[in-house]
Amino acid sequence: MTTVLPLIIVVPILAAVGAFVLPRWSFPVALVGSLATVGLAVALAIEATATGAVRHTIGGWRAPLGIDLVLDGLALVMVLLTALIGLAITLYGRGYFGRAAPETEKGRQAVYFWALWMFLWAALNALFLSGDVFNLYVTLELLGFSAVALTALADKPNVLKAAMRYLIVSLSGSLMYLTGVAFLYGGFGVLDIAQLSSLTRETPALAVAAALMTAGLAMKTALFPLHFWLPPAHANAAAPVSALLSALVVKGSFYILLRLWLEVLYPLAGTFVPQVISLLGVGAIVWGSLQAIRQTRLKLLIAYSTVAQLGYLFVLIPILALERDNTLVLGGVICFVLAHASAKAAAFLSAGNILQALNDDKLSKLDGLMRALPLTVTAFGLAGLSLVALPPSGGFVAKWLMLDVAISRGYWGLTVVIVGGGLLAAVYVMRVMGRLFKQAAQPEVLSALKPVPRVMEFSAFGLALLAIGLGFAGVYVLRLLEIGARAVAGGG
Amino acid sequence: MPKIADQDEVRLTAGRALLLGMSLVLTLTLAAAVLSLPEDQPRLAQVALERLPESGVGNAVTAVLLNFRGYDTLLEVAVLLLAIIGIWSVARTARVWIKRPDTPILRAFVRFVVPLMPIMAGYLLWIGADETGGAFQGGAVLGGMGILWIAAAVWLPQRGGRALLRPLLAIGLLAFLIAATWMLLARGNFFEYPPEQAKDIILIIEGAAMLSIGATLALLFVGGAPQKEESS
Amino acid sequence: MIGSAVLYALGGVALFGMGLYALLAYPNLLRKILGMNVMGTGAFTILIAAAYRGSDAAPDPVPHALVITGIVVSVCATGLALSLAVRIQAVTGAAYLTPDEEDAP
Repeated sequence: MTTVLPLIIVVPILAAVGAFVLPRWSFPVALVGSLATVGLAVALAIEATATGAVRHTIGGWRAPLGIDLVLDGLALVMVLLTALIGLAITLYGRGYFGRAAPETEKGRQAVYFWALWMFLWAALNALFLSGDVFNLYVTLELLGFSAVALTALADKPNVLKAAMRYLIVSLSGSLMYLTGVAFLYGGFGVLDIAQLSSLTRETPALAVAAALMTAGLAMKTALFPLHFWLPPAHANAAAPVSALLSALVVKGSFYILLRLWLEVLYPLAGTFVPQVISLLGVGAIVWGSLQAIRQTRLKLLIAYSTVAQLGYLFVLIPILALERDNTLVLGGVICFVLAHASAKAAAFLSAGNILQALNDDKLSKLDGLMRALPLTVTAFGLAGLSLVALPPSGGFVAKWLMLDVAISRGYWGLTVVIVGGGLLAAVYVMRVMGRLFKQAAQPEVLSALKPVPRVMEFSAFGLALLAIGLGFAGVYVLRLLEIGARAVAGGG
Repeated sequence: MPKIADQDEVRLTAGRALLLGMSLVLTLTLAAAVLSLPEDQPRLAQVALERLPESGVGNAVTAVLLNFRGYDTLLEVAVLLLAIIGIWSVARTARVWIKRPDTPILRAFVRFVVPLMPIMAGYLLWIGADETGGAFQGGAVLGGMGILWIAAAVWLPQRGGRALLRPLLAIGLLAFLIAATWMLLARGNFFEYPPEQAKDIILIIEGAAMLSIGATLALLFVGGAPQKEESS
Repeated sequence: MIGSAVLYALGGVALFGMGLYALLAYPNLLRKILGMNVMGTGAFTILIAAAYRGSDAAPDPVPHALVITGIVVSVCATGLALSLAVRIQAVTGAAYLTPDEEDAP
């Protein structure tokens, strides 16, 4: 019946191929691809809200023999998030890379940016919709390769080394995941997630698969203390790439981890493994925030903030694995994913604008930029509001839901960490805002600023508005997550 | 040049002993899990072999690769193209063939063996439907042919034919996308081949994929994007 | 699992552990890349071993197809990693990851 579902993977791949084969047309091809993908995401949202979860049997074979694509509420929310942020990145990328011809260095980078970014978008959509643990491995590799190549695009020593570290972490994480898949297949004989869901029991094979897959995916999601690769990669990449990496790419591996614990690994909910994940999440919040406060460069500060904020995603894993049907718990985590993705993309794009204008992002140079770049600075401020989780913002709603879960179950330590993490975020955000609003120490610096294309300022601002707007959309997100909630809980 | 030797030593230090211990513990844990795997677990083999006649091909591995799990293979061919794009974006220039080992043996090898390689690749592709073989095996032979050509300077990307390289790299993925999407629009399911035409469609896709795989493997050997002679 | 399949699976596990050790222990990038390849081979061997159960049953084609996919992905990963390593050596002069330069925006 449904024909749109595979197209949301096909269209961005076609755009990637087009951008590569027709270098002179790479931007128009990517723009058309982006708009079509956004349109398809909206069509899927309309379809799923009308008819419920969608399961597409590729080749008509049906799992377990074939691979099924599954669009339930969780997948839909992620596809929509990617569409909104993706459109902003495409527009920003136009301003960032400009109209240079493919023969110039900048034009050369632009061609590869458009092709790789379209591949990355396809990889994300394929990942969110996949219902098969091996297919997820291939989507993970597509995602990892495009992310690493995009990181390396900036071609400076620090960036290349960061990309290499990122590639090594990404590949070894994928291999650990793949070995986990081998143990799942050896132990239970199927690869389809819904079927695994009804077969898994607490066996040594499941325990080993859980350990390998969780460790591999946690590395790729930069969970403390395996986060060492993230700050240099996210801070040194080109601005639109930094935004993509922090907002979307790390969420891809987290999404698989989440699905696995909800649907496949839940027989291990009572063991110490989910507790360890949660504790590492707490460690990430504390360590990442303290590091962010210490940074002297804006992009590194934002990158360490990502390390901290990713911690929040993991702290509720033990509760989620126990209460798989509870959309409210899932809602807290997913609202946080949405809030962090939009705020962090806005923050990195704003930082990119500042870097473009100043040719520097040292905090000590940021004095008085509010006057020169009001739109960009406002965007950063709104994003900061959501990162600190002040009302009304997406971050506030997410933390509110998470606090509700923690308090109602008597997790007082967790409550303290969630509130305390917000205070630490306020410290690092205020360090930046204080500078931006200060009276400029050297007014001549401000008059020597390089111009920033309007489209770059507006796309950063649009994402910041999204971060705030999510504060009013909590109920709607929860309603979307209800779609096919039984499918989330294991095929019903 | 840097002192690579300093960084290349493999002496067992205290840190390495710790890592060795950790790796050993992991290995032993995995080994214990392997020994615990059930012996009579139902597997996908039964259903794959049962439905093999519907797939259009007689080789069960080809049926899984190109039909039952053809979508995995589509993404895999996408990974191949992505790898080339990634490598071309990272590596500034292609420089491997500058030091070509232009020996008589290589020349003779190229003259007598290389002409047979496309035939062998085509045979592997054709036989892959029912026996051991297929697009990847054929593509590997084509890739080897490309590497020999480049090594013996029979064909160098910087001398010409560069305009064809990008379409050649992409044609396998495009064939997959077109076939799968066509079936989606015509029959309602992505990749749902009509059983009576499945073999033809699979062979066409595999043929296109074989060309792209061969080109990709040969260009992986080269490194960066082929450019005009003066810039290399 | 029974018979020789267990031996193959145990061999795969050993390869995985050895590759992981090389990846973690040695700074040289080529060694790390080789380590990842050995790890990958281990993972593939475990998967293939899972295809053989019972002496008279036909081997399961699904793991074979998965491993072909995995090998292609692994070749691509190796190519990308090598080109990055070559570029790093060209730019920094070292075949390993040197400490970051300070102060580069």
